[in-house]
Amino acid sequence: MPNVNGRRDFAIIGDLIEPKTRVLDLGCGEGELLAWLKEHKQVDGRGVEMEGARVQKAIARGASVYQGDLESAVEDYPDQAFDYVVLSQTLQETRYPLAVLRGMLRVGKRAIVAFPNFGHYSVRLAWLLSGRAPRTDRFPYDWYDSPNIHFLSVLDFEALAQKQGWKIERRICVAGDRQVTFLPNLMAEIAVFEVSAGPR
Amino acid sequence: MVTEAASCTFPRLELDSGLTLAPVEVAYETYGELNAARSNAILIVHAFSGDAHAAGEGGWWSSMIGAGKAFDTDKYFVICSNVLGGCRGTTGPGSINPETGCPWAMSFPQVTIGDMVRLQKMLIDHLGIGKLLTVSGGSMGGMQALEWAVSYPERVASAIPIATTARHSAQQIAFNEVGRQAIMADPDWNDGNYYGGKLPGRGLAVARMVGHITYMSDESMREKFGRKLRTPDQFEVESYLKYRGYKFVDRFDANSYIYITRAMDTFDLTQRGALPTLFEANEARFLLISFTSDWLYPPYQSLEIVKALRGRNCDVAYCNLDARYGHDSFLVEVEQQTEVVRGFLASTFRGAAANA
Repeated sequence: MPNVNGRRDFAIIGDLIEPKTRVLDLGCGEGELLAWLKEHKQVDGRGVEMEGARVQKAIARGASVYQGDLESAVEDYPDQAFDYVVLSQTLQETRYPLAVLRGMLRVGKRAIVAFPNFGHYSVRLAWLLSGRAPRTDRFPYDWYDSPNIHFLSVLDFEALAQKQGWKIERRICVAGDRQVTFLPNLMAEIAVFEVSAGPR
Repeated sequence: MVTEAASCTFPRLELDSGLTLAPVEVAYETYGELNAARSNAILIVHAFSGDAHAAGEGGWWSSMIGAGKAFDTDKYFVICSNVLGGCRGTTGPGSINPETGCPWAMSFPQVTIGDMVRLQKMLIDHLGIGKLLTVSGGSMGGMQALEWAVSYPERVASAIPIATTARHSAQQIAFNEVGRQAIMADPDWNDGNYYGGKLPGRGLAVARMVGHITYMSDESMREKFGRKLRTPDQFEVESYLKYRGYKFVDRFDANSYIYITRAMDTFDLTQRGALPTLFEANEARFLLISFTSDWLYPPYQSLEIVKALRGRNCDVAYCNLDARYGHDSFLVEVEQQTEVVRGFLASTFRGAAANA
C-alpha cells in the first residue's frame, strides 16, 4: 500500500481509486491526496475545503479546490458527476452526517468514507475506567474543544448503510500499519468504507 | 525581462451595437518570450483605468508580472493591450474619426466588454497564438477574462478572473454614474467637445476621487489616514484624494471614463442565458479569487460564478483571500495571490503540455 504524506487513510483511499476517474475530495485540506491521485492515478480531481490557508496551499499545489463549507458545497454538483466522492476523517465533524452521505451518493457513483472507529477497545477502556469522555490517540481532544461532534463505530456505519439500502462495496479496517480482519469493531482504529447507492 | 511595446492597426472591428469601427488601432506590450510550441502565452487584461503598460518600471501590475513573479516572464510570454475605448494608444473617443478629421468625442460608438475582447482576440490571432495558457485580470479585467472564457472557450486553457462579477450590481452602477455625472457637470466638458481646449479636469478629478474611495476599505483608510491633518484645515485623506484625482487628469481622457464605465455597467453575462448554461461543456480551467475586505466587488459576486461553474462540474478553483485593502487588494496585497496564481499556472501548463 502506498503511504501518502504519512496518512494511513490516504494510502488506503489512494489504493481504492481506479486510475483516470473523476474524484471529489470533501474536506481536502492542503490537497495532498488530490495531488497524489493526479500524479499516480491521473484522476480528474476537485476538492472542497473551508480553511483559507489550506485552500491556498492546495491551489498552489495544482489542485482545483473550492473554498467553502463541504456540507452545502456538495449540493451544488450535478448528479453522478464523479466516480468517487471522498470524505476522509471528517464525517464525525459534520453537522448532518446523513445528509452529507446522501449528497455524496447523489453526486458520485461511489462514496469513500474514512473515520476513526469509536468502537476501538482503547476508547471503550478509557471510557469504562475513567468514567470521563475518552481521550485516546485517535480522539486526542478534550470534550469541550473537540471538532468531533458525532461518534460512530464500524458497526454503527454498517447499520446505517443497511437501513439506507446502501451497498458496502469494500471495507478496510486498520490499526497502526496493519489491516484488521478479526473483530474489526473492537480492533480497528480507522475504518474505510467504499459505498454505492445500491439497487434503487 | 524581454519587453516590447508596439501597436497594431486592423482595418475594421464589428461592434455588438451592429456598427463597424474602421480602422482600429490597438496598443500593446509583451514581456518574456513565446516558446516554440506557442503554448506559454498569457493575456493580461487591465482594469478600468489601466493600460498596456502592465509590467516593468511603473507597470500597473509589476508586482505580479516579471521574472520569478506570479506571471513569471522567465517561463511565460505575457501580453497586455489597452482596451477599446481607452485613451492610452488604443482607439477610443479621443481618437480621430477618419470621416471628419476631428476627434470622435461623444459620437464614438458605444463599446462593450465583448467588443474589447473581440479586439483582443484579433490581436492574439495577429500574434499567431492559437490557445492562451490563461487570460487574467482583476475588476473590469476579470469581466474580460470571463468574456474570453464564454465567447472563445476553445482559445483559452484557463481563465483567472479576480475580484470581479458576471454583472454590475445597482451599487456598482451607482458609483459609476456619480463619476459620469461629475464629468458632465463640469462646464469644460462641453458635451464631450473639449479636445484641443481646456479639459474637464475638475469633473474628472472628482470622479476619480469617488473611485478611489470605493477601491479602499474602511480599515485601510483608517490605517492610512485616520483623522490625521495635512494642514490645520485639511485632513490627510482630503489631500490624498485631491492629489490622486488631479494626477489622473494628466493621463486619462474624460470621455473614455464615460465610455468604459458604461461598458462595465452594461456587461451582463446572464443576458445570454442562465450562468450555468454558459459554462456547459467548458473545458477551460478556472481560478477565481475574491478578497474579504472588497466591498465594491464583494465575494458573493465571485461565488455566484463559481457556483455556476461547479453546477456544470467545470474545473474550478476558488479562494477568498484574507486581505485588508478592499478592492485594491488585487493590485497591492499580492503575496497570497502570487502563491495561488503561480501554482495554478504551473499545473495548467503541465496539463496543457501533457494533452498536447
